[in-house]
Amino acid sequence: MSLVLKNVSKTFEDSQGDVLNGINLEIRDGEFVCVVGQSGCGKSTLLNLIAGLEKPTDGEILLDGRQVDGPSAERVVMFQEHALFPWLSVIENVKFGMKLAGIPQKEQEETAVKYLRMMQLEDCRDYAIHQLSGGMRQRVALARALTLDSKLLLMDEPFSALDKQTSNRLRGELQDIWLKTNRTILFITHSVEEAVYLADRVIVMSPARNSIADIISIELERPRHVYDEKFMEYRHRILEKVQENVQV
Amino acid sequence: MKKSGVWKSKYISEFVFLCVLVLLWQLFYILGVDVFSIWKAYAMPSPAGVLKSFGTMLSGGLLLPAVGYSLLRGFGGYLLSVVIGCGLGLLMNYFPYLRRNLRPLVMGIQTLPSICWVPFSILWFGLTQQAIIFVVVMGSAFSIAIAADNAVRNVPPIYKKAALTMGAEPGQIYRDVILPASFPELISGLKQGWSFAWRALMSGEVMTTCIGLGQTLITGRNLADINQVMLVMVIIVLIGIFIDQMIFGRLEKRVYQKRGL
Repeated sequence: MSLVLKNVSKTFEDSQGDVLNGINLEIRDGEFVCVVGQSGCGKSTLLNLIAGLEKPTDGEILLDGRQVDGPSAERVVMFQEHALFPWLSVIENVKFGMKLAGIPQKEQEETAVKYLRMMQLEDCRDYAIHQLSGGMRQRVALARALTLDSKLLLMDEPFSALDKQTSNRLRGELQDIWLKTNRTILFITHSVEEAVYLADRVIVMSPARNSIADIISIELERPRHVYDEKFMEYRHRILEKVQENVQV
Repeated sequence: MKKSGVWKSKYISEFVFLCVLVLLWQLFYILGVDVFSIWKAYAMPSPAGVLKSFGTMLSGGLLLPAVGYSLLRGFGGYLLSVVIGCGLGLLMNYFPYLRRNLRPLVMGIQTLPSICWVPFSILWFGLTQQAIIFVVVMGSAFSIAIAADNAVRNVPPIYKKAALTMGAEPGQIYRDVILPASFPELISGLKQGWSFAWRALMSGEVMTTCIGLGQTLITGRNLADINQVMLVMVIIVLIGIFIDQMIFGRLEKRVYQKRGL
């Protein structure tokens, strides 16, 4: 798997989204890449373009050499919240993508149970969505995204609506799952701490230029610790980058 | 257990309230007609008279066919309205051009009282079943169209996006996302559509000579039998309440409960 963005730009006629300017980026197989930046820097637009939900105005996006043309299950997105279907139970939600793909019932069941177990949610399989806490919902959403064996997992601030404690626990779980499953993940966040904790590389976006300001490789052993000296160093360095690129 | 207790007491209190109302009504009748002769007996219905009329019509085999035919026509016309209304609603939803230009017109037509369609229907179909069905469809299809359009439009875009990135095709989006997501609002629209259809049915039936509740109502007037008129009105209300509560109300409650709304 390789994702390549060549000089990708995006403008909106009705200014409904944030603009992007000349993005060049490559994401390698099995990599965990985080994108940080102040709001308005275009990080959600970047994710929407890669997901195929938006079309670039200029440049091209290539997944394994093929141009990205519209959304597809090979680039599944996990959204911030409320993207689970309230008319389906937990397990039906997890099976949804597999059902779309026409995977046999038995296999759907096995895969769904496997990922629910991974999320420690197998006891909640028949619950309604409204009975779950915010953290549980996002774990169901993650299970649903993982069932699709996507080449690239796109995550749009998935933990930002949760309380700090829950989001910290979930990012730990996400890291474990990533280590176990070797997925390639592009993770959008506004939390620098979250980015340093999770990422192989952190992409800092600049709202002033609507482009990539810097890409920083995090060379720390996993699991990482927030109070580790090197961790804090990275965090400060990236925070400074984010702040010097604030739009005045 | 507690919940069913509350329900029971709610029904009992309603029942007692209605009984008291009927007793008062009978009392007024006795005082106003029999004692003081304020009103003429033929112009004032009484509970006893309505009950008697109920007995006569039931044993005369007039009531059940009237109810049956009305229900049949009501349901037939309503189903047709649902099909036409949902189709029209989806078209308006899908084509922005129709949304912009046709929707205001549909909104306008929707405000027409259904009785306004009666001259049309009689000129086109004569005094027939079709004429009544036409009035029913005209009376409810447009409100269903608006409701269907709204229901689909109010589906949160995030559901569609999530399904798209899980590889959903347009057909799957409609079947597996938009339809179930819009269902609660759609049911409310269909419920309202039914009450419009039921009213329109009566407008249509009083104009024609087909057997039905509307026709029975007019016969009551022609015979100067105020108790029969009253009886038919009570039955129309009861059927309306029954379908509203027992069918749509229950469906609505179940859907809302399942989704925690």
